[in-house]
Amino acid sequence: MEPSENQPLYAPQEPIFPRRVSGFFRTFKWWIMGITLGIYYLTPWVRWDRGPSLPDQAVLVDLAGRRFYFFWIEIWPHEFYFVAGLLIMAGLGLFLFTSALGRVWCGYTCPQTVWTDLFILVERWIEGDRNARVRLWNAKWDIRKWRLRLTKWIVWLMIAIATGGAWVFYFTDAPTLALDLVRFEAHPVAYITIAILTLTTFIFGGFLREQVCIYMCPWPRIQGAMMDDSTLTVAYRDWRGEPRGKKHQNTVGDCIDCMVCVNVCPMGIDIRDGQQMECITCALCIDACDDVMEKIGKPRGLIDYLALSDEEAERSGTPPRPIWQHILRPRTVLYTSLWSLVGLALLFALFIRPEIDLTVEPIRNPTFVTLSDGSVRNAYNIRLRNKHGEPRQFRISLSSEQVLRIGLEGQDRNIVTLDPDSSTQQRVYVTARPQDEAASSDRTELRFWIEDLESGERAYKNTTFNGRAN
Amino acid sequence: MSETEIDEETGIDTTGHEWDGIKELNNPLPRWWLWCFYLTIIWGIGYTIAYPAWPLLSSATTGVLGYSTRAEVAAEIAEYEARNAELRTALANADLTTLPENPDLNRFAVAGGAAVFRSHCSQCHGSGAAGAKGYPNLLDDDWLWGGDIDTIAYTINHGIRNETDPDAHWSQMPAFGEILERGEIDQTVAFVQKLSGQEHDATLAEAGAVIFEEQCSACHGEAGLGDREQGAPNLTDAIWLYGGDADALHETITYSRFGVMPAWGQRLSPSDVNAVAAYVHQLGGGE
Repeated sequence: MEPSENQPLYAPQEPIFPRRVSGFFRTFKWWIMGITLGIYYLTPWVRWDRGPSLPDQAVLVDLAGRRFYFFWIEIWPHEFYFVAGLLIMAGLGLFLFTSALGRVWCGYTCPQTVWTDLFILVERWIEGDRNARVRLWNAKWDIRKWRLRLTKWIVWLMIAIATGGAWVFYFTDAPTLALDLVRFEAHPVAYITIAILTLTTFIFGGFLREQVCIYMCPWPRIQGAMMDDSTLTVAYRDWRGEPRGKKHQNTVGDCIDCMVCVNVCPMGIDIRDGQQMECITCALCIDACDDVMEKIGKPRGLIDYLALSDEEAERSGTPPRPIWQHILRPRTVLYTSLWSLVGLALLFALFIRPEIDLTVEPIRNPTFVTLSDGSVRNAYNIRLRNKHGEPRQFRISLSSEQVLRIGLEGQDRNIVTLDPDSSTQQRVYVTARPQDEAASSDRTELRFWIEDLESGERAYKNTTFNGRAN
Repeated sequence: MSETEIDEETGIDTTGHEWDGIKELNNPLPRWWLWCFYLTIIWGIGYTIAYPAWPLLSSATTGVLGYSTRAEVAAEIAEYEARNAELRTALANADLTTLPENPDLNRFAVAGGAAVFRSHCSQCHGSGAAGAKGYPNLLDDDWLWGGDIDTIAYTINHGIRNETDPDAHWSQMPAFGEILERGEIDQTVAFVQKLSGQEHDATLAEAGAVIFEEQCSACHGEAGLGDREQGAPNLTDAIWLYGGDADALHETITYSRFGVMPAWGQRLSPSDVNAVAAYVHQLGGGE
């Protein structure tokens, strides 16, 4: 079908020049920006003693060694359920926050928002506030415009390089890699990763900004489905503000149509049009409007955190429900409980997790071997894991109600030595003599034990022994 | 639908699609999206020029970069071969008895031997090396020709009772059906059952002892313990290559057995032979 004449197929990006704003939410967002960026840039430089064979880094994703180190926690590939659990918690946490506070993630902590905020800050320092930037946008490309634009792009680029650069430090020893990087001795993968992340940061933070939220990100759609009429979102009290008009005109509403809420909006929308997909609930319009309301001597809160359900109440003059009633609902309680349950399960799993570990793979091809004296022998592959930073010796033993003997392939004693932070596979033979009950019966329960000879730590796994009747 | 419908609320066209009363707005795409789309087309054209892409009658365009997945795999294989060349040479010339003292070489040998075993040996000896009737179980502690690693390597190299290698292990048990009476064979069977601690007819076994002494002890030994020099099995243990019950023993004594193993030294490289020897030796029965 044909679009109507005045509607194009493609729309150019409308430039947005967010105005400086100050107030409670702006200050809160500066703090969040400082903390989140601080965590991102500084974490790889936090040191942690990891013994002689590993970099002394507190947070380290060792892809080559297939390990993840987080302070005192060490995650091995077979413990990936911790990561899955954290992702489930992140998902439930997002449900919780979205159903209670709308797109609070988008407005305050999403990297796209935080970096865009930082880029806008730089833009304002260099090119001035909104009006100056609008003038510069319309100005000819003279020397001044080039100078300002190039300065801005260079600073952006430096932030982008630092962003891409910080990312690679999570994967190897940060000080060593930093030196290698400046000496041009680092691995090409490091440079390529930095280049890609630099490019995306530069483009997303500097130029695409709100386009990322509106056109690229799936969250706005998904989050829309999680909100209901009790969810607190940024809204305009149109029953108080309308009809809007200039201060000295004889209008009834509180809104003086000063456009400041539109001018501060990083998404370029008018919140007075009601809830809309573009709004990331960054709350800057609340700060801006409150400022104006104070100046003209009207109560604050013309634009405010509001739930849809409040509208009816306020229109009819009854006081709105207190905030805790918006937040404490069956739905949010359910999300919080699920979130806590997963969290507790993960904590529990983390603390009962031994530093030494084994898995047992019974060899069932063949199920058993008859030896020349008539003994029946089963073989098992036991994988031993040493999560300590130093080599450890493990003794392998077994316990069973029946008489069974244990022997290790290639080892004279039942002791295996493991390198630091490593695993090894050891074949273990269990034998029942011809006269033993286990030799003639079908299956016998048994338990393999490993004992760290240094710390005395023990771990076990249960398995079965196949006799001749099997 | 041919008429354009304009949404009253927003003033924007709808696409004309409707689901349970919900209509879709026909918002314009962002211009940069269009540029990205053009970029992918340019990228696609460049890709088909650089890489193999367009099908021709008998093959396809090769691309100006000359890339091919086969060549890449071949290069990767060559790279691994080159990386392992030193280990292969070392393994081919290694003193096998001291192999475990060199953990890296030993690991290489066992892992490589496992692969060679699966390709060349598992057809008879089974993928788990547990053998079958007539094909020895390599997991147990009983060896016809010897279970130390050098003997295992020799057996793999030269094989058993084959026509192709003059150094193959060789021995042959006579078919006693042509030498002994049927009754005498029954007596011998009873004696062999006695030797291995099975239930047996004591009177038959007593007579069988004499026959065993005369006919069998030269190879199997007076006590029936066998002789690895001749590949003569130990008859007193619990392990039977062709079965240890009366019927199987009867068949063995009457018609004899003749198991053959190829000389793998003629087919495998010296390092592969040593690798299989190392693998078999660490399966649980190595001496």
